[in-house]
Amino acid sequence: MSNDIVSVQGVSKRFGSVLAVDDVSFGIPRNEFFALLGPSGCGKTTLLRIIAGLEHPDDGAVIIDGEDMAGIPPNRRPVNMVFQSYAVFPHMTVAQNVAYGLRVTGTPRAEVSRRVDEALEIVQLAGLAGRKPHQLSGGQRQRVALARALVKRPKVLLLDEPLSALDAKLREQMRLELANLQQQVGITFIIVTHDQDEALSMADRIAVMNEGRVCQTATPDVLYESPASRFVAEFIGKVNLFESRVLGANGRTLAVEVGELGALEVPHEKAGPREGAAIALAVRPEKLTISTAPPDGDGRARLAVAARVINWAYYGDTSHMYVRTEKGLELNVNIQNTTRDTAESLNVGDAVWVSWAAADMIVLEE
Amino acid sequence: MTRKGAQVHAMARSFAGLARWRPGRSRRAPLGPLDYGRRLWLRIVVALTFILIYMPIVTLMVFSFNDSRRNIVWRGFTTKYYVKAWHNDGLFEAFTNSLTIAVVSTIVSTIIGAMVALLLWRFRFPGKAAYEGFMALPIVIPDICLGVAMLVFFARIGWPAHMPWPLNLSAITIAHIAFSFPFVSIVVRARLAGFNRELEEASRDLGASEWQTFRHVILPYMKPGLIAGALLAFTLSLDDFVVTFFTSGPNTVTFPVKVYSMVRFSVTPEVNAASTVLILITVLTTILAVRFQNPARN
Amino acid sequence: MESWRKHPLVFWILALPGSVWLVVFFLVPLAFVWVMSFGEKRGLLDIEITWTLSQYKAAFQPVYFKIIWKSLWISALVTALCIVLAYPVAFLVAFASPRAKPILLLLVIMPFWINMLIRTYALIAVFRTRGYVNFTLEWLWNTFWLDRLFGPFVPLELLYNNFAVIAGITYVFMPFMVLPLYATIERLDKSYLEASLDLGASQVRTFFSVTVPLTMPGIVSGIILVFIPAMGSFLIPDLLGGTNAQMVGNVIARQFKAANDWPFGAALSFLLMYATFGALALRALFAGRKSAMEV
Repeated sequence: MSNDIVSVQGVSKRFGSVLAVDDVSFGIPRNEFFALLGPSGCGKTTLLRIIAGLEHPDDGAVIIDGEDMAGIPPNRRPVNMVFQSYAVFPHMTVAQNVAYGLRVTGTPRAEVSRRVDEALEIVQLAGLAGRKPHQLSGGQRQRVALARALVKRPKVLLLDEPLSALDAKLREQMRLELANLQQQVGITFIIVTHDQDEALSMADRIAVMNEGRVCQTATPDVLYESPASRFVAEFIGKVNLFESRVLGANGRTLAVEVGELGALEVPHEKAGPREGAAIALAVRPEKLTISTAPPDGDGRARLAVAARVINWAYYGDTSHMYVRTEKGLELNVNIQNTTRDTAESLNVGDAVWVSWAAADMIVLEE
Repeated sequence: MTRKGAQVHAMARSFAGLARWRPGRSRRAPLGPLDYGRRLWLRIVVALTFILIYMPIVTLMVFSFNDSRRNIVWRGFTTKYYVKAWHNDGLFEAFTNSLTIAVVSTIVSTIIGAMVALLLWRFRFPGKAAYEGFMALPIVIPDICLGVAMLVFFARIGWPAHMPWPLNLSAITIAHIAFSFPFVSIVVRARLAGFNRELEEASRDLGASEWQTFRHVILPYMKPGLIAGALLAFTLSLDDFVVTFFTSGPNTVTFPVKVYSMVRFSVTPEVNAASTVLILITVLTTILAVRFQNPARN
Repeated sequence: MESWRKHPLVFWILALPGSVWLVVFFLVPLAFVWVMSFGEKRGLLDIEITWTLSQYKAAFQPVYFKIIWKSLWISALVTALCIVLAYPVAFLVAFASPRAKPILLLLVIMPFWINMLIRTYALIAVFRTRGYVNFTLEWLWNTFWLDRLFGPFVPLELLYNNFAVIAGITYVFMPFMVLPLYATIERLDKSYLEASLDLGASQVRTFFSVTVPLTMPGIVSGIILVFIPAMGSFLIPDLLGGTNAQMVGNVIARQFKAANDWPFGAALSFLLMYATFGALALRALFAGRKSAMEV
């Protein structure tokens, strides 16, 4: 833990009767791009504001670079923030905005102007130094907010939903830019977002939050392929869920009974749940294959179930098929439209087979 | 005349919470950097300011019950000055005059003000910005200029000075309407600004005529604004001293003018008593106006 | 919003009463005064319009100019006092909890609705020789045995001087300053203040570099709302200032009531009008520049 630039230890924050942040702990190593992901109202912004010093926790501690931040006001913390609304001062020019944080701390004039130029260069706004914020586009204003924070050379840069105010195209472009920028400046970034794509594509590690608690902290691929809980599985991507009961465990696999599928074995590395416990099995829609003929075994353990197409939605690159098994279970299957005629091959009411590898089943306890 | 209306609609929105207000548990959370509302020094400064503002008014009201003519030391509770004020014919007549003027001025100002509000809300026309500025003029110019203008005007056109009651109040009433209805129009227009024009279109789409739409859709929506505007016009008229002072003749004394002539010489408990009554009327009107302006309640 | 041509009848019905009233009972009276300000007094009641500027010139004679100058500095001082007193109040109300805010706002606007004459009158009782201030001071004096050291308490002369007038106008017009300030502070995006703190500025620095510039429109509105009526005040200096502390308003009133020199009074009151228009024009200019800055 001592190597962590930010360490959040048992932090809680209550607003009236609402527990916004509930005993949260995690550590962030130096130079990591860390994301706090969760639905609105999960406490992620409050947590970010607690790190910035804009809110004080009721309980717990925030340690930044080995220093306890208790009682230290926001203006004396080695962190800077990019606000959701950007909060670019409307009465100052771009250059004055960027210079503000240096001027108020008494940086020599020559150094201020050198560092401001540098920061504007990094965010590609060098030509707009004399503009007022109202003359800028939303994307440009965001760059000003970024430059204004980066020019302070903070130990940690905090970004509160930085892309939410941008349109879809610009958002995608900024994701890449932000990730590159983080590599370039070598500063720890903590980003708050409710957009899973944003977190998955940019962050080194993600903490998924719900109702004030951290549900899981992991790399994007682990979060997606091995979610630790039903909430995480359902919040990140789509999932088909099977309610099931544990029959027994033998080290590497878990024998379970699924109502719709019968008894089967799924891989499970961890010390498994007790016999007889109710668990859920999950499989991602793109792991499912759909065919008109019954699939034949291909060496790996494969599960198959007969169903009928009840609905489908066409998305261009993919199609989402909704099928219902004979026992009434509804499944969602994503198909890559790899050829130009795939979309028209199936109709509502067609009898199909859905199959997938048992190894793609995720075991969700609780 | 005062500038009450100028900010009325700005603050109206903030009163949304008044109806919702209920005392809750107090909590002690750590002070955030922007929790200025909970900083002790700021609270003390503001509390002192409020004390400075209210102390003179409250002492005036309290000492109207003091059983002593001259002394500011408390000599016991009495209501005799209220009785005296009630039987003071001059004071009573002035009060009746003030109320009569206020009622007539309120009715006329509310109607004219509402019409102006509808006009500015509904129509585009050349010179509209200038017209709006013109409508705001009575609000911004100093009272004394308006008072002087009324004095000169009524003297020059030879407005009859000696008419039977209540016609002798006509000049004052006309002057009051002139500065009240622009205030009413501001309040009503602020209310209309929140009107969803689709409601009107829906009404027309459902087969209502223009007039039926006005009568059954727009007018009910305007009502809180009309009431708030009327209450504002009422207190404006009741409170006015400067314009009335210049417009009134020797036989048309209103309450503020009467009080003025009394207090120029001394502080008397009767004036305290009469003032207390007027303050209570105003406080009541204010609370009512605030309630009606609260858009959340409607 | 639709063009008036679509419903000319409705348009005229709505437009006429207000316009006629304001023209006949406001614009025409003002025009009378304006014309009169270029007239001369002939005899006791006759006034001849000679289009002379002599009345305006008379206003700048030392004896009257002194009063105009005094009205100006008193109004300026009062406006400054109002800003200093009103800002903390507006700030606290804007940041108050949702439960306390409506009550605080009610406390702010209540005096605003109470009769100005009564509030001025209430101050007489506070300031007079045997008023509450002197009473309290005397009590303190005697409690701390200062009477044994320096002799009996000598009441302060608080009434009928410039101090009383300044205190009175400040007292009466302060709410005009609180409300526009409150409205702009309330609307101010609080993340600007947070951003400033986050960038390393202290609370004091944040206040002067961010809060004050961004609430300038409210400050300007407040200045207009206090300065103009303060310049035109007549009642307060009349009651609290006595003969020692007169302002333009008292001179105007005297021309119409006692001295009976209407043309001179008209000129003085139009000087006030010109000042008002000037102030409004300045604000419009300022607002035009400011609105370009809004994001």
